[in-house]
Amino acid sequence: MKVDTPIIKIESLSKVFRGPDGDFAALEDINLEIMSGEIFGIIGMSGAGKSTLVRCINFLERPTQGTVYFDGVDLSSLTKKELYNIRRSMGMIFQQFNLLMQRNVIGNVCFPLEIAGVEKSEARKRAEELLEVVGLSDKALAYPSQLSGGQRQRVAIARALATNPKVLLCDEATSALDPATTRGVLMLLKDINKRLGITIVVITHEMRVIEEICNRVAIIDKSKIAEIGSVEEIFTRPKTAAARRLVFPEDHSFEQLPGKRCCRIVFNGNSSFEPIIAGMVLDFRQLVNILFADTKNIDGKAFGQIVIQLPENDLVANRMIEYLRAKNLAVEEVAGYV
Amino acid sequence: MFDPVVLKMLGRGLLESIYMTLVSTAFAYVLGLPLGIALVVTDKEGIYPKETFNWILGLIINLLRSIPFLILLIMVIPITRAIVGTTIGTNATIVPLVIAAAPFIARLVESSLKEVDKGVIEAAQSMGASTMRIIFKVMLPEARPSLVVGAAIAVTTILSYSAMAGFVAGGGLGDIAIRYGYDRYQTDIMLVTVALLVLIVQVLQEVGMKLARVSDKRK
Repeated sequence: MKVDTPIIKIESLSKVFRGPDGDFAALEDINLEIMSGEIFGIIGMSGAGKSTLVRCINFLERPTQGTVYFDGVDLSSLTKKELYNIRRSMGMIFQQFNLLMQRNVIGNVCFPLEIAGVEKSEARKRAEELLEVVGLSDKALAYPSQLSGGQRQRVAIARALATNPKVLLCDEATSALDPATTRGVLMLLKDINKRLGITIVVITHEMRVIEEICNRVAIIDKSKIAEIGSVEEIFTRPKTAAARRLVFPEDHSFEQLPGKRCCRIVFNGNSSFEPIIAGMVLDFRQLVNILFADTKNIDGKAFGQIVIQLPENDLVANRMIEYLRAKNLAVEEVAGYV
Repeated sequence: MFDPVVLKMLGRGLLESIYMTLVSTAFAYVLGLPLGIALVVTDKEGIYPKETFNWILGLIINLLRSIPFLILLIMVIPITRAIVGTTIGTNATIVPLVIAAAPFIARLVESSLKEVDKGVIEAAQSMGASTMRIIFKVMLPEARPSLVVGAAIAVTTILSYSAMAGFVAGGGLGDIAIRYGYDRYQTDIMLVTVALLVLIVQVLQEVGMKLARVSDKRK
């Protein structure tokens, strides 16, 4: 992947919304460079200003101050027509997909081509190619209401790619999807980035989206950029409080402390060596206490034993035991360990 | 009472009513549809905000809508005479019908277009669609089912307005109802005209709803 020149450059950008109860600064002094070919993440809590920022990149929102350069061109210097043209170099996808509900899938993908004045048969051919890319060739004649959320977002991606854009802007594109579908859509974006060399800007409030696909990330907090860096850097050494909040969220779901029941898990080579306990904690969102552990990884198989203290809630404790048994582990409850 | 003469008269009235209603609806849409579109796009939240224009337009529409039809009918007599050359008969009734229905249709169209998802419009903008393209390729097609329902409401309302024109010899079933039922106390003829009006309303409404349902791809 070639990452050298900035395709998007934002200089001291501010956006103020004038409201009935006074002005509201949605963005203050934003400076940002997004390099050609990278997947750049912009993360922040809701209301931090990230959606406004992405709309400033294609001038759906005009900045109050500052400059946005796209491919070296100052967007504020453009006429209406030139701006319409340059928007065709920037595809955009949305949280709610925003498909035309009265048009079928292929009609939706053809839509930006119609606007661009592409001839009908040519548009159709291009749309069919794109549906192939997103894996929805068999749904060409379906209407959006007949598709699942993940499929709708794939149609939206195909539509956004129709005019061969250089940049794809994703505004919370996976926030309305379940985790498995999210993964599929993220993998598709990654694949598009790699295969077509399209720069992708990802707006999200979820750190796992950033982890999954981004090269670099900007953390936006209270209308300002708190920190910019490689994903790895920010993950391992978050410098600002805003970054730390996103990387180590205070999780209120761990409410119950472990209770009195303990169980011994014996690994006898029937299960592969994977972080089973950690996986279980994540799945249940309940804490367990590891009291004793002695495991070895031999040829990818796990051997040894772990003793854990189960959550107080019996129902959860029982379900955890079932969960572990389903993983092919020998589990026995041990009394009086604590 | 239902001798051939009366039946012929009723048939003629029926055709006149349908003629007035359809022609008026068509002309009223020619005026009302652009006005409705203008109301939506020039709104403060619209895609081409023009607040002062929008306010003035809204005011004119409200003014026209607040005049009772029977009074409007009389008020516009000079205009009717200027356009049609007469103030009685079906063609003369079409003028006040259009003037009364256009602002009503503008509001119907406005409410249909406002139902269109803002996100879809934003998506079109992100693709570099101009205001005109958004109106014709996004707003109107996406609002189609709702516009069709609106048209069914408009046409039935115009039909009932047209019946009122009977008071000034406007022709159609309303005219017959007033001349026979009111002036000559022939209640039976009046009831038949009402029944015919009910029938037309029922047919128009059913057809409209059916069209809306068939054209809606959201289900």
